[in-house]
Amino acid sequence: MAVELQHPVPAASWETRAWWEGCGRGELVLQRCGACGKVQHKPRAVCATCLSSEIEHFVASGRGQVYTFTVTHQNQAPGFREACPYVLAYVELEEGPRLLTNVIGCDPGEVSVGMPVVVDFAPVDDEREAFAVPRFRPA
Amino acid sequence: MTLSGQIAIAGVYEHPTRWAPEKTEFQIMAECARGALRDCGLSLDDVDGLFAASMSMGAMGVCNLAEYLNLKPRHLDGTNIGGSSFVAHVSHAAAAIHAGLCEVALILYGSTAASNALAIGTGLGGGGRDPAQAFVSPYGMTTVGSYALVAQRHMHEYGTTSEQLAEIAVTMRRHAALNPEAKMRAPIEVADVLASRVISEPLHLLDCCIISDGGGAVVVTSAERARDLARPVVLLQGCGEAVCHQEVGAPDLLTIAASQSGAQALGMAGVSHDDVDLCTIYDSFTITLLLTLENLGFCKPGEGGAFVEGGRIGLGGALPVNPDGGGLSSNHPGMRGIFLVIEAARQLRGECSERQVEGAEVAMVHGTGGTLGILHTGATLVLARA
Ligand SMILES: [Zn+2]
Repeated sequence: MAVELQHPVPAASWETRAWWEGCGRGELVLQRCGACGKVQHKPRAVCATCLSSEIEHFVASGRGQVYTFTVTHQNQAPGFREACPYVLAYVELEEGPRLLTNVIGCDPGEVSVGMPVVVDFAPVDDEREAFAVPRFRPA
Repeated sequence: MTLSGQIAIAGVYEHPTRWAPEKTEFQIMAECARGALRDCGLSLDDVDGLFAASMSMGAMGVCNLAEYLNLKPRHLDGTNIGGSSFVAHVSHAAAAIHAGLCEVALILYGSTAASNALAIGTGLGGGGRDPAQAFVSPYGMTTVGSYALVAQRHMHEYGTTSEQLAEIAVTMRRHAALNPEAKMRAPIEVADVLASRVISEPLHLLDCCIISDGGGAVVVTSAERARDLARPVVLLQGCGEAVCHQEVGAPDLLTIAASQSGAQALGMAGVSHDDVDLCTIYDSFTITLLLTLENLGFCKPGEGGAFVEGGRIGLGGALPVNPDGGGLSSNHPGMRGIFLVIEAARQLRGECSERQVEGAEVAMVHGTGGTLGILHTGATLVLARA
């Protein structure tokens, strides 16, 4: 794409901070329930399967495949308007969860469902946070 | 105990405007209230339940509306679950009336989405400093984009084509040509849809609903009381609601809320798909209508593309959908659910002249709210001529 996506800095609550700080370190940090073993995303303080508070964190592989995608030709929001056409996608991680994300690093026309991809972090530091936004590129 | 058959749609009114820069939301709602109450021969004094939502009404919105109308209802419901809200309001009103909490419920919607130049499809963006939005907002998700993600997956799994989606837009436009109040009435062909510019692949401009101003009102009361009123009685036979979200990380994008709410509504009504004479279905995008037909069970998952071909969902077809032209061609003032209820009631009363579904006795209404690929609601009604 001609112009890079300008990702806004994500807002974190204390429940989601481990995810965004992990992205800032170059890691996808997922949650697993210590009681029932269920992996969950998005992050939350309790297990949405058994309501346990024994939430553990682990680093995902960063590998996955495109579950579905759309080449966005029109978005009037600043930071995205200039980057059209860009690829919005769900990527299914090896660990199971599907993330809403962008596919970058290739021509939008080359993206397909099932395409293997690997995470690529875009730092989005501001004066408050050292986060990064996880996008994916062809593996 | 069941409320099936006990509650009626007594009055309806669709505001004829599609462009109302000189009006406010509440003004449109008040004009609609006047229309629906006149329709059934009731007055504001009879209203003891108020139900409303809009693009701009916040936490106290329904209270502000009560003040505007100088109403002191004994039951208030400002439920806002997106465009499906007004379909849900009918079942909420039915439950409240059945429980004796109110007797005459007034459901209102009004919007100046078009004259406010609200770019609902591709302009809302952002998400600001909301942590709950932070898993969506960094990626440039648009309303159109969220539905496009669903359409792409449907095409991948089932081979659904852009031509099949376009058929839906063409059918809605054909219906709109028979509706004097519809905003877009010039005929279109499949080729026109495919030639319109791509907004978010695989959805073209003409796969997307229009944006208009407008509003509507529905009066709900007991079947018993409705029989003494001015209009033919339309009974609520079944209803259901559902929400679909990202679960704990692996949403099934093709199983939508309609599968849950539709099954409940049909079961409660005790009718089968073959009994349904027409549907009014939220057609925010062509894919929305296709996927709703599958999830309501009119065809199997993946068969929606073939189902909408050959005029099946057009007037004169086996299952006419949105005879008014829907959101794709008649009107879409931001949230469209109320018009699904209104058109179904008008059809069941047999007052739709050129676009009348002959012998319409049972209608299924399904509203979708929110964004299909991210977080959405569904509300279904089964309505029948008494
Ligand atoms: Zn658990």
